[in-house]
Amino acid sequence: MKTFTYEKPATPEAAVKDIDTNGAKFIAGGTNLLDLMKLQVETPDKLVDISRLDLAKIEEREDGGLTIGALVPNSDLAADRRVVAKYEVLSRALLAGASGQLRNKASTGGNLLQRTRCYYFYDTAAACNKREPGSGCSAIGGYNRILAILGTSEHCIATHPSDMAVAMRALDATIVTLKADGDRRRISIHDFYRLPGDTPQIENALEAGELITHIELPAPPKGKQEYRKVRDRASYAFALVSVAAIVDVQDGVIASASLAFGGLGPMPWRNPAVEAALVGKAPSDAVFEAAATALLADAKGYGSNDFKIPLARRTLIATLRNVTGA
Amino acid sequence: MHFTINGQSYDAEPDIRTSVLDLCREHLGLTGSKKGCDHGQCGACTVLINGRRVNSCLTLAVMHQDDEITTIEGIGQPGNLHALQDAFVRHDGYQCGYCTPGQICSAVGMLDEVKKGWASHASGDLTDPKFDDAEISERMSGNLCRCAAYPNIVDAIREVGGAEPAGRTADEKDAAMEANARGELVA
Amino acid sequence: MFGFGTTNSLTMDKPHPDSLLDTGVQGVIGKPLDRIDGPLKVTGTATYAAEYQFDNMAYGVLVGTKISAGKVVSIDVDAVKAIPGVIDVVTDFDQFIRVSAQGGATDAPTQGVKDIAFFGQIVAIVLAESFEVARDAAARLPIEYDEAEGQYDFAAHRDETRTPPDDAAPAHFKQGDVDTAMADAAVTIDSTYVTPSQNSAAMEPHASTAVWDEDGSLTLYGAYQMPTSDAQQLAKSLGISEKKCRIVARYIGGGFGSKLGIAPESVAAAIAAKQLGRPVKAVMSRPQVFEATVRRSNTEQRVRLASDAEGKLSAIGHETLASNQSTEDYFEPAGIGTHLLYGGDNRLITHDLVDVNLVLSGSMRAPGEAVGMLALEGAMDELAEKLGMDPIELRKRNDPIIDPEKDVPYSSRNLTRALDEGAKKFGWDKRQKAGTHREGEWLIGMGVASAVRGNMMMESSAKVEIHPDGSATVSSAMTDIGTGSYTILAQIASEILGIPVANITMSLGDTNDPPAAGSGGSWGAASSGTAVYLACEMLRGKLAKAAGVDEDGLTLKDGKAIGDNRSTPIGELVGKGLEATGHIKPGKQEKETSQAGFGAHFAEVAVNVITGETRVRRMLGSFAAGRVLNAKTARSQCLGGMTFGIGTALTEDLIHDTRTGKLVNHDLGEYHVPANADVPQMDVHFVDERDIHANPIHAKGIGELGISGAGAAVANAVYNATGIRVREFPITLDKLLDQLPAV
Repeated sequence: MKTFTYEKPATPEAAVKDIDTNGAKFIAGGTNLLDLMKLQVETPDKLVDISRLDLAKIEEREDGGLTIGALVPNSDLAADRRVVAKYEVLSRALLAGASGQLRNKASTGGNLLQRTRCYYFYDTAAACNKREPGSGCSAIGGYNRILAILGTSEHCIATHPSDMAVAMRALDATIVTLKADGDRRRISIHDFYRLPGDTPQIENALEAGELITHIELPAPPKGKQEYRKVRDRASYAFALVSVAAIVDVQDGVIASASLAFGGLGPMPWRNPAVEAALVGKAPSDAVFEAAATALLADAKGYGSNDFKIPLARRTLIATLRNVTGA
Repeated sequence: MHFTINGQSYDAEPDIRTSVLDLCREHLGLTGSKKGCDHGQCGACTVLINGRRVNSCLTLAVMHQDDEITTIEGIGQPGNLHALQDAFVRHDGYQCGYCTPGQICSAVGMLDEVKKGWASHASGDLTDPKFDDAEISERMSGNLCRCAAYPNIVDAIREVGGAEPAGRTADEKDAAMEANARGELVA
Repeated sequence: MFGFGTTNSLTMDKPHPDSLLDTGVQGVIGKPLDRIDGPLKVTGTATYAAEYQFDNMAYGVLVGTKISAGKVVSIDVDAVKAIPGVIDVVTDFDQFIRVSAQGGATDAPTQGVKDIAFFGQIVAIVLAESFEVARDAAARLPIEYDEAEGQYDFAAHRDETRTPPDDAAPAHFKQGDVDTAMADAAVTIDSTYVTPSQNSAAMEPHASTAVWDEDGSLTLYGAYQMPTSDAQQLAKSLGISEKKCRIVARYIGGGFGSKLGIAPESVAAAIAAKQLGRPVKAVMSRPQVFEATVRRSNTEQRVRLASDAEGKLSAIGHETLASNQSTEDYFEPAGIGTHLLYGGDNRLITHDLVDVNLVLSGSMRAPGEAVGMLALEGAMDELAEKLGMDPIELRKRNDPIIDPEKDVPYSSRNLTRALDEGAKKFGWDKRQKAGTHREGEWLIGMGVASAVRGNMMMESSAKVEIHPDGSATVSSAMTDIGTGSYTILAQIASEILGIPVANITMSLGDTNDPPAAGSGGSWGAASSGTAVYLACEMLRGKLAKAAGVDEDGLTLKDGKAIGDNRSTPIGELVGKGLEATGHIKPGKQEKETSQAGFGAHFAEVAVNVITGETRVRRMLGSFAAGRVLNAKTARSQCLGGMTFGIGTALTEDLIHDTRTGKLVNHDLGEYHVPANADVPQMDVHFVDERDIHANPIHAKGIGELGISGAGAAVANAVYNATGIRVREFPITLDKLLDQLPAV
């Protein structure tokens, strides 16, 4: 771990002003950042401690939605009675992730910003375009069992490791930020993440020094919610494939569907074509097959992760059966 | 820097990079918390900060100067064991002992989470989670034990935490072991 | 019977039918006593290698190579010396050890680190005033390499083998003609099983704290399983007298083979401490434990079975490949259990090595059986299926009366009883035909496998003192790595001397105490236990003499010596104190009998029909391992072994990048040891047995019997659940997916 200077501002406004060098970073829970700093994958020269800012509340809005402070710990978000009652998919996703200890520390904002668990990203002795642009991708042609089959590029096949963010994507969350100049932005989660392309080091829409202050969930969606996570260990393991599903069946027809996926892509994955294959149809295996085909139309395996293609298909179909009762 | 650990005040001047774990182990002589991986992947370093269980390896000491930190040394001492520590001894909820302080701190925090009504991945109904063996195993999965005392750890926590079904007490287990040692095929 | 002076020596040349553990009346032997070290462990007050505090101690962080083959050209020490807090960078291209020592070795392991044999080879140690500074400087230390080509891909080089010298098992063994027997047999199996590299992944990383005295003697507080031989390895590595090399290992945070021999941090810490004139603590990072200590080798195993229509085996072939560095001869003895588990006249058991530039392969819990039995017991399951026979019945039909290779009797063998009693307790009769039992999304199956693990006795000694206050002290360089040695050795002394366990002080893990074989190979309880037994036997004689009673008429109980209608506190019989040293050596019994623990594993698994995720629902181990010394700690040892079996079968897979030789998953996040949720409530059953040929306490090893066959039972249960036979371990979901029913 490289050494750094440390600031502990009292307000979000002061915090964004403290990010005054390229090497400065916010630290909240720190469960991923310190992990990476110990390996010198992350080498900030300044840490701005935002952990005690007044951003740890969950509030109901008049439109029926929830505004979640960026510093709400994952545990508290999962246990919040409003989330449990109306956004079960989010609780389920959170509870499927990490461990009790990590969830107690990890923040909502930080969870959205988790870096990939790609083995080669973590290994500073390996080439990695995300860690060191232009150095190459060791995962392509290497061991890539946990890596992506959708949205990849020839420069990077990393997956986004979050469970929570998958549920947030299915829930159409909005990310609220504060910039150094005092401006606030509201960014749809659908516009938040970036595909790797030839700049895999750029993972999201945040500008330098921009602070996530809140995450907004719209009014609770209609329909049944499920989060299904497939992994090697029964607990304390990242997803090989996960599905967040919110599906509303009315009069024997799928009225609305929202499906997001973990373990498949460089971002929590959502593809409108999957939902289009479902909405307006009576739930059936044929319809579910069509949805899976839409999801995986552009899927590309890289050897040791080829199995994710049939696994995603099977998991999606089974999840759809559960949420539609078909 | 100033710290409050197990109700005691400590002053120390560690490197800014020092984790809560290394603060305890290398600066304050509190070596009960263990370093197994230093990356939040094993749970051996688990302590309570303001009553919540966290991985002390993945948090900076400098960020916790105003908090109440509880390590295994503050949970109980030889001759003055906490109920969980006593249950771990009776149920043989350890072998080498290296993950044990983390397991016990984690269990203390976990039982408090259960008391607050928090659900887990193992819960059928998130609004009304049961507290059974599957719940204990899931909730304790952030604490690896390579000796694999897991069944005994579950027994110890079940007994202290009042999980259902109650299962066998340590004495009942001991009696079964003794019967088996006499050559009996016991249930 | 008694030796001279204060030493009672025994060489195990003859059976030892009488045991003082049977005639003792203290009533503690075998009892499920709580561990006497328990209160220290649960309060965090047991002291492990990195927890000794010394004034002026320097923090050492090790530096490993970033390439896998070639040479170190230079290390730019000056580049980091200017970092505030850095004391020095120490390296010694000749004296640093390249690899860990193998368990029990009495020589230094391969030394010299200029030539690079594998990725992560330790070449330097950075010393600083704080851990944080040392870690940073170590990460920034510039090393210039001359890189060379290496061999990283086992599969690509599998045809380029060498036959190593015989070791724990003969490299090659042949009896009769397997090929002909296969050709003549009614039913045959010819299957190849593949197992990956594995890591012991003890929770405590390897650690050494080195302290030199002014007289040039070294004390190393190390996380080591076998201090006596470890100190010999360390002394030879450093070129100092063994007398001046002390290892202290009071508590060890698990070993499972990885801490049998000294690892690179020990020599680096010792050399650095000498050079600095300060105590040095060196703790490996978790990736370094994976990269620079020891792995269990990957294996490829061809198993051939030939049987008649009734399941009687006429031939067993078990031909195995493993890998290691070209300078190392250790091989994973995957066929070791096959020598004595089943009958069959024609036998071929071979071990060959493929040279690789990967981390050293060496012992991990039950070297040989742990992975060898995945193949043998998988093949037996295949044979049972092909014969249409219950797999337990097949095993019983091949349970020999005498060792099929050595023509000697077994010291004790209760495989059939273990199978039968286990089957009854597990509810084996409820097992259904393969692929037919489904509960919702889950396919349910049961599997069985035999357990076998060779029993070993190793030369060991222990001293027992009785003090005037009636208390006793037991001391030995034996260790307790979680096995329960502290407790069972106290129980043995208590039973024979009639001194309550609470009045016995244990001193283990210090080479200043009588030498012992330490913990490994499941020999600890029998070897050190016998040493304690012999010391107590001699003390019992002395107490009888002091009490003026015939030894046969002496009863020792609750701190009193009773005989001739008198009861005298033991403390009053010892004057200023009595002491005796017990010393045991293996002898002719090792050759005149075939010695092993036997047992049976039963597993019930659920395989998700959609995803292929396998979860173990129940497990039972049924073991015949001689006398159980403490029913609680013995059971725990078995639970631990069985859980290793779950990991072996389902999740543990140490991946080598075949392009670079680097370990891909060198941490506990991606090397998946079972977590709590992976392990169900498990049951252990002990078959009532005594082994009079093994040792006077009539016990056999147990810590490794629990893993031997456990993974196979899980794998066979996966087959029973799904009808899918996976021969490439671990059985991760991707290996089942394409054969599971369509969704």
